[in-house]
Amino acid sequence: MAIEVRIPTILRQYTDGQKAVEGTGNTLTELFADLETRHAGIRARLVDDTKGDQLRRFVNVYLNDEDVRFLDGIDTKLADGDSVTILPAVAGGMA
Amino acid sequence: MRYDSPLAAVGNTPLVRLPRLSPSADVRVWAKLEDRNPTGSIKDRPALFMIEQAEKDGRLTPGCTILEPTSGNTGISLAMAAKLKGYRMVCVMPENTSQERRDLLSMWGAEIISSPAAGGSNTAVRVAKEIGAEHPDWVMLYQYGNPDNAGAHYATTGPEILADLPSITHFVAGLGTTGTLMGVGRYLREHKPDVKIVAAEPRYDDLVYGLRNLDEGFVPELYDASVLTTRFSVGSADAVTRTRELLQQEGIFAGVSTGAALHAALGVAKKALKAGESADVVFVVADGGWKYLSTGVYTAATTEEAIDTLQGQLWA
Repeated sequence: MAIEVRIPTILRQYTDGQKAVEGTGNTLTELFADLETRHAGIRARLVDDTKGDQLRRFVNVYLNDEDVRFLDGIDTKLADGDSVTILPAVAGGMA
Repeated sequence: MRYDSPLAAVGNTPLVRLPRLSPSADVRVWAKLEDRNPTGSIKDRPALFMIEQAEKDGRLTPGCTILEPTSGNTGISLAMAAKLKGYRMVCVMPENTSQERRDLLSMWGAEIISSPAAGGSNTAVRVAKEIGAEHPDWVMLYQYGNPDNAGAHYATTGPEILADLPSITHFVAGLGTTGTLMGVGRYLREHKPDVKIVAAEPRYDDLVYGLRNLDEGFVPELYDASVLTTRFSVGSADAVTRTRELLQQEGIFAGVSTGAALHAALGVAKKALKAGESADVVFVVADGGWKYLSTGVYTAATTEEAIDTLQGQLWA
């Protein structure tokens, strides 16, 4: 099950400069674990283990452009062909 | 339809089904054509409503000067209403705002004070507040924090949509001052508790983020996250693609931010289709494409070229 993941400039150090990579998983949690196997270090930039595996506060993740914080957060379910976009949230953003 | 004056013709805009862009017979997408207002944008509603409420409160009296930080449609709407009602209008806008916008404002008699480009509309808001402090007799309606901005949509846009389409399931609009989403959202939810209120916010590439980073931190006082069901973040490429689809498939000539709202509308429509649900999705056409013609977005030979022309530019 292939999911396209768009990577922001600030995290491309983990993807050899690639703007988009592919991953697999039934949820965002699984997708991020899968990305970590090929792009070591990226998961810690997205997920805060000290806060019960929540998305980091200044990271926004979109599933097919929809903010996953309005879906099921890191437990949001994924399907083949979905597109996930990761973006740094600017401090004090509208959320 | 007959009205006693041009100002009385604000609102009562058409709601049209988009037969080609709707995904199925049971999942329908509808456009609320706010470009049909007197100055060509949805902002005629809050501008007129804020002025009339301020008149009722006694804050605006004959001969008053209205001061507003705006580089866009609200300034144009306020300038027109101020001209017809006999107020002086002063707009504070970033110095890098396009000549077309300056011309539109001066055409309706507004005076323009430039604020530094750095910090964009955030800086314009700050400068306007400073000028307001120096001129305590000037009236700043302040669209970002004035409850009458959302109130205009609660009083007019929301009831019009519900009357035309009682089966509405989703309402989608761009997220700017947040007035449209807050006002229509509250009205619809009171009458249809299950209705989904969907925000479409612009997402710029990294280059533009450099220009906008001060803007990004700005949360309008009107914003109440509890009104929203969900938020879509729409990139420039998708906004341009949808703007062109709307023109080519349905014949609607809309601004680029409308393309972003359509993208979110089609996103929720597709989800409904996948879930086997029927849906009536309404999205807002906030303005026509006239003010954006010079970007080349509409006339580029291909969508790829159109996307390239908008690289690095602000479009909402």
